Amino acid sequence: MGLLRGGQPLTKRRTAPRKLGQSLIYHAVMLAIAAVFLLPFYWMAISAFKTTDEIFARPVTWFPDPIHWANVPDLLTRTDFPFLRQFFNSVFYAGSVAAAVVFSCSLAAYSFGCLRWRGRNLVFGLTVCALLMPAIVTFLPVYLGWTKLGLNGTYWPLIAPYLLGDAFYIFMLRQFFMGVPRELMDAARLDGASEFRIWWQIVLPQVRVALVIVGLFAVVYTWNEFFGPLIYLQDREKFPLSLGLFTFQAARAREWSAVMTGALITALPMVILFLLTQRLFRQGLASSSLK
Amino acid sequence: MDPVSPMGGAVKPPPRLPRRRRAGRAEARAGLLFALPWMVGLAVFTIIPLVLTFYISQTKFQITGAPRYIGLQNYAAIWGDAAVWRSAGNTMMFAVISVPIKLALALVLALMLNRVTALSGFYRTVFYLPFLMPAVAGSLVFILLLNPSAGPVNLMLQGMGLNPPDWLRDPAAALWTLILLSLWPLGVETLVFLGGLQNIPKDVSEAADLDSPRPWHKLVWVTIPLLTPMILFNLIIGIIYSFQVFTQALVIGGTTGRPAEATLMYMVVLYRTAFRYFNMGQAAAMAVVLFVVVLVMTLLIFRTARSWVYYEGDSR
Repeated sequence: MGLLRGGQPLTKRRTAPRKLGQSLIYHAVMLAIAAVFLLPFYWMAISAFKTTDEIFARPVTWFPDPIHWANVPDLLTRTDFPFLRQFFNSVFYAGSVAAAVVFSCSLAAYSFGCLRWRGRNLVFGLTVCALLMPAIVTFLPVYLGWTKLGLNGTYWPLIAPYLLGDAFYIFMLRQFFMGVPRELMDAARLDGASEFRIWWQIVLPQVRVALVIVGLFAVVYTWNEFFGPLIYLQDREKFPLSLGLFTFQAARAREWSAVMTGALITALPMVILFLLTQRLFRQGLASSSLK
Repeated sequence: MDPVSPMGGAVKPPPRLPRRRRAGRAEARAGLLFALPWMVGLAVFTIIPLVLTFYISQTKFQITGAPRYIGLQNYAAIWGDAAVWRSAGNTMMFAVISVPIKLALALVLALMLNRVTALSGFYRTVFYLPFLMPAVAGSLVFILLLNPSAGPVNLMLQGMGLNPPDWLRDPAAALWTLILLSLWPLGVETLVFLGGLQNIPKDVSEAADLDSPRPWHKLVWVTIPLLTPMILFNLIIGIIYSFQVFTQALVIGGTTGRPAEATLMYMVVLYRTAFRYFNMGQAAAMAVVLFVVVLVMTLLIFRTARSWVYYEGDSR
């Protein structure tokens, strides 16, 4: 365990030897833990470029040799797994939900966070209850309703509810709206601005970053969403990636190489998105958990 | 309550400011208007379905045809269903084991992360990254990681001289596959704790250092009490989510909870009851039971929270 000592800056040499020793132990332990957390990513990445035989070969190989780059084009051109199609379904699904959520939840969060009206605390209280309630408790009647409307098998049931709002994102956004100074809105009101204009021109620009954060969370959650698509979609051509990957693995249990290539390409966009925007993610997390 | 409490006076604004009041009324109207879409959503997608679920749970309903009222027969049926009991037991075990371990690990990680070094940013990124992994992809990777002959986990455990189980085929070990899988994305909990740690005022922390030279005194008497609100938050969210574990269980154990129903989770049984057997009445009854159990658990935790959660400015 004590062998990992990367990242130790040379200037630290001048500090007292005891401190240096402590620091080395600290980083060795942390790097070991980090390695454990990264192992599944690493294993997914190397398995994606092995053949299935190599994945299960003994002794275990820690690096693919040779690297089977062809796994990627092979996966994309399979006829029994419309991967690209499903990739774009996921992009459409996540993008639509994010856009719907940013719009609808900024309306409700403005009302809860900035405006005073009778019954506000009651409605917000119900919103928090809805947030904590297991989703399945309301799922079955909603499913029967969509089926009755003939929209089972389409993306309508998966996207349309978000046009009215979603408890989690409203809760998250409200924290940011509460931070907008009231004087700003009062001044605009004295100037005779309409409430709609105050929302659009005064308040929304103040919470721009929050809107981006909520959009990012919506993209990540929707990209990973599994239960809704599993229930509502039956046609392989319409699946998002998570569901497509699951059904592919269930049907072709022997082709682990293709499964891992698919898993890698499913996970990669979210990892990249996160690496580019992680400051925003942390901000969003802080606001959704601390009262 | 005292009838002349200050609360009573504050509700009615003084009548001298007609303009302010008109503005208040406009604001109230706007407030309702802006919340209206969400109130419709709340009614259509939460409140009405909730009532309907209670109703459907008391009917015989196979999707086609009309529901027929049968009283509490569905509840009696799930009471006598061995798969339901098995899955409820598995789910309870899963929650009771994975949530405390996860919180303890997250707390330790947060304490370790709470110092400024050249690599702090890197560590945080690494610990948060698993949260981004789609559950399906993550579960599939774990199937390979825990493979008894070709997976790196057992290879390393054997290297340490241990005798690791066949995680996916041994019924006694299979639940641990799901537990390990649930422990991997603990970045969210860690960051919540880290936020709490960084909110501890410097003077409190320094005073504790002066009071006792032993670091663990400070941890037990100052740091952890100040973190109890975050522990409560993580505990409630963790329990609620682990009672609903589904995707990972379906990927690893299928709808039968392979091997030998060891990974059969409550939500999986509910899923197959509703969408394989189309027994909507019984599925709705299972949903109601889950609802009540989660509600009771949450209330119980909140109830006990009074005695162990520290809120600043509270002299309880």
